[in-house]
Formats: sequence, C-alpha cells, structure tokens
Amino acid sequence: MIEVLRNVRLWFAPVRVRDEGGTPDYRFSLANERTFLAWLRTALALIGGGFAVDQFLPDLRWGWRVGLALALLAAGVLCSLRAVNHWIRCERAMRRGEDLPVSRFPALLSLVVAVVAVAMVVVVLFGWEG
Amino acid sequence: MSEAAPGERDPGLQPERTRLAWRRTTLSVTVAAVLGMRTSLHEGPSAAGIVSCALCCALWLGFLLLAHRRIRALATTARPAALSPRHATAVTLCTVALAGCAASLIV
Repeated sequence: MIEVLRNVRLWFAPVRVRDEGGTPDYRFSLANERTFLAWLRTALALIGGGFAVDQFLPDLRWGWRVGLALALLAAGVLCSLRAVNHWIRCERAMRRGEDLPVSRFPALLSLVVAVVAVAMVVVVLFGWEG
Repeated sequence: MSEAAPGERDPGLQPERTRLAWRRTTLSVTVAAVLGMRTSLHEGPSAAGIVSCALCCALWLGFLLLAHRRIRALATTARPAALSPRHATAVTLCTVALAGCAASLIV
C-alpha cells in the first residue's frame, strides 16, 4: 500500500523519475508508452461498454442494467489507474536496470470480464422480461 | 520542424508506431465520449444533461489536445524523449473523469 502511495506521488513529480538511474534506449520508453496506451484503450473500451449497456439494453431490469454498467465503469477506472501505475513502474525499472515488474492485474481483469460476460448471458436468457 | 535526417531514421519505426497508438487511443476516446453525449441527451435536453454533455465534450477536447502535443513531439524529433509522468497522469485523469461522468449519468 505504501508502495502504491509512493508511486502516486511519482505520477505528479516527473523530475524524481529522471533522477534515478540512466536514460534507457528511447525505443524501450516508446514501447512502454505504447503498452500504456493499449491499456488505456482497454479502459476506454470498458467505459464505452458501460455506456452501451445503459443505452442499448433498455428492456433490462433497472438493478441489473445499472449494476452491470457500473461494474464495467469501475473496471475501466481501475484499468486506467493501473495503466499509469504500471507504466511508471516499468519506466523506473528500466532506468535502474532492474527486471520489469510482474503483475496479477491481467489475470484479474480477464476474470472480471468473464464474470460480466456470464452475467450478460444469464440476463439475456432469463432477465429480459422482468 | 527539425525533421530527422533520412540516414538516422529508426528502422523499427518506433516513433511512427507510437504516434499511431496515440491516434487509435484518440479514436477510442471519441467513441466513449460520443456514447456519453448520447446518454446525457437521451431523455430530452435538461440542465443536468446539457452540463454533462458539455463535460464529455470538454474531456474529449482535453484528451485530443494532450494526444496532439505528444504526436507533434513524436513527429518532429528523431529521438523523442520519454512520455512525462504528468502527461500520462493527465491522460489517465481524462479517462477516469469520463467514467465518473458516465457513472453520474447512469445512476
């Protein structure tokens, strides 16, 4: 938890990242940036999915609709925050010449998406009329 | 415009690929923002709806501006500097704010 807070401070203090280690090959930094953007697109897709559930499934019961939409939006927020956090950790590891950080997040996100997908199937099969 | 000399162009086209990644991300933001505006004006124009529509619009423009700055930096230098953490955080905050806007519209 303290580690997370330290990272959050780094988000707003760009100079402190530059203080550490040496500048890595610019291509590595650009690859890291593209990974960050890919995660951000995933987050945006989840947010767009939240809007879409709300807009295009109007026959759904209110609780289901709002619940699913909020679950997708929450996943999107988590995903984008994690994107910037992971980006800064990778950037710092590259400057220090350490191994890149590993993460449980991809597994977690895929589990959440799977659960939401199963919920959607259940809703479409049984909850449509309610 | 300090274009890279032809000889020192990166054979892996890393700056170009990164630039296109920014473009793709801008497209994703556009889709999400348009869905947001649609949601906010769905039940006829109300004060809250117009405010949140304007907010979505502003967030979209903000993201566009950030992406544009980075794309320019990538396009005009041969060895672009790494993305600054503040830039990355600003882009993330735009995304989070869009989600917050969505949540307030839906509930």
